[in-house]
Amino acid sequence: MTTATLPDTDPPKRGWYKRNEIAVTPWLFLAPAILFFAVYVIIPIFQSFSISLYDWDGLGQAEYIGLANYQELMNDRAFEVSLWNNLKWLVCYLLAIPAGLFIALFLNQTVTGIRIYKSLFFFPFVLSQVVVGLVFAWFYLPNEGLLPAIVGWFGFGPVNVLGDPSWATYGIILAGLWPQTAYCMILYLTGLNAVDPEQVEAARLDGAKGWKMLWYVIIPQLKPATFIAFVVTIIGALRSFDLISIMTNGGPFGQTRVLSFYMFEKALSEYGFRMGYGAAIAVVLFLIMLVFIAYFLWSMYREEKGH
Amino acid sequence: MRSTLKASALALTAALAASTAFAGSHSLSGDLKIFLDTSNPAPRATMEAMIARFQEQHPGLNIETTVIDREAYKTQIRNFLTADAPDVATWYAANRMRPYVEAGLFEDVSDLWAEPAIAENLASTKGAMTIDGKQWGVPYTYYQWGIYYRKDLYDQFGLSEPTNWEEMKSNCQTLLDNGVKCYTIGTKFLWTAGGWFDYLNLRTHGYDFHMEMAAGDVAWTDDRVRQTFANWRELIDMGAYVDNHQNYSWQEALPFMVNGDAAAYLMGNFAVAPLREAGLTDDQLDFYQFPAITEGVAMAEDAPTDTFHIPANANNKEAAREFLRFVVSAEEQTVINNGQNLGQLPVNASASIDDDKFLEQGFAMLSSNSPGGVAQFFDRDFPAEMAAEAMQGFQEFMVFPDNLDDILARLEQVRQRVYK
Repeated sequence: MTTATLPDTDPPKRGWYKRNEIAVTPWLFLAPAILFFAVYVIIPIFQSFSISLYDWDGLGQAEYIGLANYQELMNDRAFEVSLWNNLKWLVCYLLAIPAGLFIALFLNQTVTGIRIYKSLFFFPFVLSQVVVGLVFAWFYLPNEGLLPAIVGWFGFGPVNVLGDPSWATYGIILAGLWPQTAYCMILYLTGLNAVDPEQVEAARLDGAKGWKMLWYVIIPQLKPATFIAFVVTIIGALRSFDLISIMTNGGPFGQTRVLSFYMFEKALSEYGFRMGYGAAIAVVLFLIMLVFIAYFLWSMYREEKGH
Repeated sequence: MRSTLKASALALTAALAASTAFAGSHSLSGDLKIFLDTSNPAPRATMEAMIARFQEQHPGLNIETTVIDREAYKTQIRNFLTADAPDVATWYAANRMRPYVEAGLFEDVSDLWAEPAIAENLASTKGAMTIDGKQWGVPYTYYQWGIYYRKDLYDQFGLSEPTNWEEMKSNCQTLLDNGVKCYTIGTKFLWTAGGWFDYLNLRTHGYDFHMEMAAGDVAWTDDRVRQTFANWRELIDMGAYVDNHQNYSWQEALPFMVNGDAAAYLMGNFAVAPLREAGLTDDQLDFYQFPAITEGVAMAEDAPTDTFHIPANANNKEAAREFLRFVVSAEEQTVINNGQNLGQLPVNASASIDDDKFLEQGFAMLSSNSPGGVAQFFDRDFPAEMAAEAMQGFQEFMVFPDNLDDILARLEQVRQRVYK
């Protein structure tokens, strides 16, 4: 009797990695990103929390003071001003989205040289924020600037946008809107390429035109572009720092500071020796950002579920 | 004749022998890392030339110089003092060095100050370098503050240099009547307003009161402080300052004076160079000491001092000390502070002042007409946090003088926290 040689059911001995390949490989690929994300983002967040509980000049001994930094923030008017300015930035900066949309709609046509017009409109986004700030600061200059000259033609008195505490922030936001609008425009221009011509045709047969066409047919199709435009604009508003630093340096008398600028002034600038207080401001800024971050993550999660 | 020649030859040989012996005992080796904040072209060249001369004297030393942008240096110093310290670093005197002294990051160099060459010649700046009875560095230059003015405009309207408050105001009124602003100033970066407060306070109440304030012993809501601001307000209400000064840096405020829209500028001596470059001749430009306000108050001046320090974590402290000795020596002080170089005042009493009318006037003022004392500057005498808040308050006051009560209450709050 011959025994049929059965195929060897016992596989050759495989290494631990081979056995766990499916489970381990994704983590291996993720490891570098996780490592850097942890070291540069996650851990510093917790460090900020812990530093905000200390009175520390960045050089000597840190002294634990509990929530005293936060208590002081509550009565700090400069903080209050910065917080309001952050809000102004958030609200006004969103104007970049409709403005970008309308410029995109305007440019979404085929005429000779349209590429040149598109690139001209996109140009401000290519400029460094520092250059934008300088150009606008000159534009606003009280005596020599272009704006006072224009206003003068219409017979209005002298204006000093950046020197007037009630106007300075809006002046800076306007400077920021210029490149931000260009950014939103480019997002919508690509979005418009993806608009389905058949749907537009069908809508036209049903008699839709003008605003109705825009509102009920075009804009819903632009939803992904709108979402990205919203995200980049909110982020842009919250990290407005360079324009303020260049145009007013937080002045006049601290009326154009936002939280990020105030944090820098308190902790890291020439006279800033209050690491704990700066960290407390950073924590507040983080919590504000967290609201938006949570919203973005949630809507992205919902999107993924939907498909 | 012959014997004298012989004698002098002998003396020469003896001197030579002595000097070689001296050099021999100080032969230095190793690396010497020097960090400088003198990033403007002229100071940078001055410093580099000075270091080259030091190198010539000590060929065995490997000197490595790093020049950092002046503004960036102010924030970077915290990092490099703790992490990767050089052997020599520039900084500023008085309270500006306190955080680093208290954190133990600057080397105590009292031993240098005990040496006769330094003790005898640098006595005038010793106070500014002293914290807790020890010296923490050496100065290398200082400069006067005062009022730089358009002499041709003053002559045109028949004005002379004022010596008291009334004259100062009446001069100003004449200028205003002729459509010229009395003073140019750019307060965008705040510290220029600190200069005005310094002088008004020093003239109203004197040096000792000013220093009591700097030490936190006087409330900002004190009536004496209010009096200083009341004097200031007189000028503001007259319209003495150029409009919209909150928009300009100190450099951007210079054209008002160059174009004749404003007649004077309360500034440090570093303003002379750009004013000359802009085309003002020495016949058009002149200088006077800030006039007296309260009679009987001794005149006191601002004269900010720039300094060299040895970080506590330095590796080659012996060479660093030799470098500090070299920098403050009379010869080097004469050279680096002359008109071709820094154009400022030498800190060594045996050094000679360059032939420049502003330096001569400044030196005469500081050495003979400042009996009250010499302050550093608002943001160097007052602790950093207090200075930052106060200068912002000064700017607000200069634009909205009616906010004074609110400003002072705020500053008082800060004072109570800072000096607790």
